Amino acid sequence: MDLTILLQLIISGLLIGLVFSLIAVGLTLIWGVMDILNFAHGDFLMLAMFTSFMMFNHFGLDPIFSLPMIVVLLFFIGLLTFRFVIKPVLGYPGLIALLATFGLSILIRNLVLFFLGPNYRVINQSILAGKTLSFGGLYFSLSQTAAALGCVLMTYAIYLFLSKSKFGRALRATALDKDTALLMGINTNRVFALTFGLGAACVGVAGGFLVNFYAVFPEVGLNFAILCFVIVALGGFGNIMGAFLAGILVGLVENVGGFFIGPEFKYTLVFVLYLIVISMRPKGLFGW
Amino acid sequence: MQTDRNFMITLGCLIAAFAVAPLIISDIHFQHLMIMLLLYAALSQAWNLIGGYAGQVSFGHAVFFGIGAYAAMAPLNQWGLTPWIGMAIGGLIATIVAMIIGIPVFRLKGHYFAISTFAVAEVVRELFSNWDWVDGPIGLDAPVLDPGWANFMFYKTKLPYHYTALIIFFLVTIVTFRMERSRMGYYFRAIKQRPEAAQAMGVNISLYKQYALMISAFFTAICGSFYGLYVLHIEPATVLSLEISIKIVLITALGGAGSLWGPLLGAMILIPLQEYSRVWLGGTGMGIDLIVLGALIVLICIFEPRGIVGLYKRFLYQKRNE
Repeated sequence: MDLTILLQLIISGLLIGLVFSLIAVGLTLIWGVMDILNFAHGDFLMLAMFTSFMMFNHFGLDPIFSLPMIVVLLFFIGLLTFRFVIKPVLGYPGLIALLATFGLSILIRNLVLFFLGPNYRVINQSILAGKTLSFGGLYFSLSQTAAALGCVLMTYAIYLFLSKSKFGRALRATALDKDTALLMGINTNRVFALTFGLGAACVGVAGGFLVNFYAVFPEVGLNFAILCFVIVALGGFGNIMGAFLAGILVGLVENVGGFFIGPEFKYTLVFVLYLIVISMRPKGLFGW
Repeated sequence: MQTDRNFMITLGCLIAAFAVAPLIISDIHFQHLMIMLLLYAALSQAWNLIGGYAGQVSFGHAVFFGIGAYAAMAPLNQWGLTPWIGMAIGGLIATIVAMIIGIPVFRLKGHYFAISTFAVAEVVRELFSNWDWVDGPIGLDAPVLDPGWANFMFYKTKLPYHYTALIIFFLVTIVTFRMERSRMGYYFRAIKQRPEAAQAMGVNISLYKQYALMISAFFTAICGSFYGLYVLHIEPATVLSLEISIKIVLITALGGAGSLWGPLLGAMILIPLQEYSRVWLGGTGMGIDLIVLGALIVLICIFEPRGIVGLYKRFLYQKRNE
């Protein structure tokens, strides 16, 4: 076994794992604060990727420049989703919120399919796409490295925002105990709305980077969403740090394990890992 | 909760209506629709036991469905064993598997449980996809055998399938009804509402969750066997898919989880919606039918968050106030 191959695998696992982390952080935020499993999360990712692709294709705007716009757009999609789909079902059994986001997911996916068609689309001319860096015999894809860096920065920004800002404190209070937070004068509905926006914005960042090296098609969000559900549970629900580390772990397991055991088992490995972890630590790796 | 008499009358009328319907309307698509409706109503009722009454949301019921389907189809395909034995074996295996899954999984709470069931389902699907004896990802076809009840195979009529589905639905509903007012039913609801309080009152919560899952798994497997024998072809990508698991949850949530008639109402809304939108709007490959379906699901949630049963209750309440 060549050491460089192993290192190369670890690096690619790490790079994609950091992207998983950010998507999972967005999911865990919503989950932790509102106790809602957002089934449409993967479809938000797909929307981000599609917007980025369309910007590139129609206006020649490089994905890296359209990124800020996409993040803002996704933030507003998150706000709108909360206002029109989530808010009416708050306070009812959790299954209904699940059903609503699931319906939304079907709706978004098939609207995109209807208007844009099922084809796979790839960007291979952008500033980041298709270039590699080599360093000591190891190869780094420029687009993946940039994506990993961007995702780490965004995750860190979210972490800082939650731990240092006044709104972050309000958010954590709401996550711990909604009713008490309301009694303390926190506008929990606004916290919910912003959480949803923030969660969607995370996906916007991830999507804006992913489009440089990942094909865009209406079902693209599905795999990411499924993996991220597992990542969130693996890290412990509502735990940003947990989701971040679990994302990296899943990226590594998927890449390194997939290489040794066979690529068809790479998701199975992730699920088995989750089942093993959860049987030893019932609240995830970092849950309490 | 309904009284015994009320329940028996309602159930009797429904069963009679469902029994007569295919005799009056001989349109083959309509008969297919009715079979699917009854099948999904039975599946959702089985899920309702664990997900609705005991409050443990499972995203992995495809495991039991798939086990049932494979247990009936594999021996039939390989040895020509009568599917009735396969069905019984499937139910038994699913119950045992539920027991084995339950031991580690029921220490978990809420969402951890939901994701675990989902992970188990995905692992099992991968196992079946790579298991040569059941032809891996290609799946199994039912052999062509003499028609009749012994082989549970009918080529010219859908009626036997219809009545079998009806009987399965009837059995699950009776079991749910008996459970609802038994000691176990109260335990389930206590576990759903306040697990800590239930435990403090001396309810062995993991044991009763286990019971709920085992009963639910048994009936899900029976439905799985029936499905396999009805469509005559099964493969991991259909009978063990996340899609099946989710659909069961959707129907129950739509109808009203934890209520006796919720699953039937949910199936009566969702299945015709899906089938007819597919007949009228599908076929373009552009997913118009699914756009409509998604939009309707969202609208129902927004305007009637208690499920269809909520709508019915509101109607009753208004009538009483008049």
